Amino acid sequence: MNPLLDAFAGALALIASGDRALLQIVLLSLGVSLAAVVLATLIGLPLGAAVAVARFPGRQAVLVVMNALMGLPPVVVGLVVYLLLSRAGPLGPLGLLFTPPAMVIAQTLLIFPIIAALARQAVEDAWAEYEEQLRSLGAHGIGAALTLVWDIRYSLFTAVLAGMGRALAEVGAVMIVGGNIDGVTRVMTTTIALETSKGDLPLALSLGLILITLVLALNAAAQMVKEAARKRYG
Amino acid sequence: MSAILPLRLTDVSFAAGGRTIIDRVSFELSAGPSTIVLGANGAGKSVLLRLMHGLLAPSGGQVAWLGANAARARWMQAMVFQRPVMLRRSALANITYALALAEVPSADREKLAREALRDVGLADMAERPARVLSGGEQQRLALARAWALHPEVLFLDEPTASLDPAATREIETVIKAFDASGTKVVMVTHNLGQARRLGDEVLFVHQGRVAELTPIDTFFSQPASAEASAFIKGENPWA
Amino acid sequence: MLAALLALACGGAQAQSKFITVASTTSTEQSGLFKHLLPIYTQKSGVEVRVVAVGTGQALDMGRKGDADVVFVHDPVAEKKYMDDGFGVNYHLVMYNDFILIGPKADPAKAGGKDVLAGLQKVKAAQASFVSRADKSGTHAAEVRLWSLAGVDIAKDKGPWYKETGSGMGPALNTASAMNGYILADRGTWLNFKNRGELTILVEGDNKLFNQYGIMLVNPAKHPHVKKDLGDAFIAWVISPEGQRAIADYKIGGEQLFFPNAR
Repeated sequence: MNPLLDAFAGALALIASGDRALLQIVLLSLGVSLAAVVLATLIGLPLGAAVAVARFPGRQAVLVVMNALMGLPPVVVGLVVYLLLSRAGPLGPLGLLFTPPAMVIAQTLLIFPIIAALARQAVEDAWAEYEEQLRSLGAHGIGAALTLVWDIRYSLFTAVLAGMGRALAEVGAVMIVGGNIDGVTRVMTTTIALETSKGDLPLALSLGLILITLVLALNAAAQMVKEAARKRYG
Repeated sequence: MSAILPLRLTDVSFAAGGRTIIDRVSFELSAGPSTIVLGANGAGKSVLLRLMHGLLAPSGGQVAWLGANAARARWMQAMVFQRPVMLRRSALANITYALALAEVPSADREKLAREALRDVGLADMAERPARVLSGGEQQRLALARAWALHPEVLFLDEPTASLDPAATREIETVIKAFDASGTKVVMVTHNLGQARRLGDEVLFVHQGRVAELTPIDTFFSQPASAEASAFIKGENPWA
Repeated sequence: MLAALLALACGGAQAQSKFITVASTTSTEQSGLFKHLLPIYTQKSGVEVRVVAVGTGQALDMGRKGDADVVFVHDPVAEKKYMDDGFGVNYHLVMYNDFILIGPKADPAKAGGKDVLAGLQKVKAAQASFVSRADKSGTHAAEVRLWSLAGVDIAKDKGPWYKETGSGMGPALNTASAMNGYILADRGTWLNFKNRGELTILVEGDNKLFNQYGIMLVNPAKHPHVKKDLGDAFIAWVISPEGQRAIADYKIGGEQLFFPNAR
């Protein structure tokens, strides 16, 4: 039968079965990526806003680097974090390798450039509109930047969502630093990779469908929030 | 009474992108008459306005407030732009934001903001999101925001250029009221009729230089410079 | 809120403070042995066994770096060097399974039979597609040794027919299935492998296909943080009659996969 239809049927059966292992994997995926997005936003958003507003020598080079880092290969980030967290590495004594916090660290490093670069673009565009008026009113520096960021928060939300999507979808980083340990660091993407390599393609496809549905649901919810906000604040 | 005026520009120049936009201008604005800045497109009017307000720093020369309270000059002037820029908040919140920046005590902010809204006729729009107001209403809100601090000088850069005649009249009414209450109005406009309605004196700018600073009636009937003559005729070919 | 998120993330990884990290191989994990074996041990000892499954080369590397407490792989030559270099202690043989030569049912190279060396020679002669893992794994090491025993210096004599994928057993089988090629695999992964296409077992039972597993503790002298007591306890159980019986009990489709031979 059509493998895609099989996958759909399989996905529904999996969800309906309420399989505890599956639930654990899904929750871990969400938990790790959500934590990473929160941290990445805390780092990347102020950074992007600051670069958007500030003028300094070498700014063009910084912009190029920021945009380029959006395309960081997950597996490379994973490798670097692995070498840092390995017992043989500088942060070894922390004993973080092969744990969910290690996965959060790797994903945070992976996605904060995305959030920073997209935030910079949004803030810079808005700054062009707001700058004169804000300065005329007496706002400047960090205060002005913060006012601006708060005012365009719903556009910045899109940048955060982009980061979230990237985190949920990647496998290279979490595989290396997490080790795909059954029941401990196994997430949706690493499970899909494992089942694929075991040749269980239908199961892999079904899990893939669940993952896509999750991401779709997240984006739909975010879109509704944005629409509601637009109606309220104009 | 006059805390920051007069405003004196001495040999002020401004260059950008290799071009000289303002070329060694010197003049003095004093309290009292409302000043209309006139000139052809590209003459440098908007840049001059921003130099006076302090949004731009001159590349040469000096912009000085000579009044007793000159140190507070930043907080005693306000500017309204051609297109109003409002935050995504209520009309009231936009004004209280400006008051907060000026470090007005928080207990007084709402009261002052509501007064300002009343003065421009927007009292019942206080809680509405500023950005859903019409163009004319937003511009009145911008004036209310500027007015809430009771500035000594109000700069306006073509405030009605984007508005329909009805909204234009509303804005002019507000500006006249501010003028009457003692605020010095310095306004750039292309609308000669508006200039005559609102202005007491004309600062005529031509190719980055100040060609004249004369009372308004004199300017229109006996312009001192050839450029001014040409300008008036150009703008009003049927005069 | 952040604390709650992190708690959620660690939700599965319960605060079971007693655990050991075992570096093992993808083929062992994909055979399903750990899912069968480890719960038995955890039930008995209260210690969680966390398996990180990578290639044999990487598993031994983890042992060298101290990122695991126990190493459990199947490459006697590499294991001996590892032990000689002082990275491991408390070495024991555990079990063996076998490799099999797999290929298309139609067998165009006529490699099927009882002799794996002859089979490999026929594959090379026919220049039939052969998929190699080429990933420093125990399986890969065994494959290279078999070529050498068959008189082929595969590093020099390979041609476009020899496809090096640099991947685990499962992905390599996927590739072989997709191109209807020949491949050397471990029986465990094959029995669990569902994407067989036209592939079937062509050579088995040849004693050269014997695949021996060894277990060792990462040397605490080199890495003081290693959980020596818990690691030694796990090793002791694996080679005990009880552990060995649990290994023998693991079957796929009624077939035993691993044959315990601890001494």
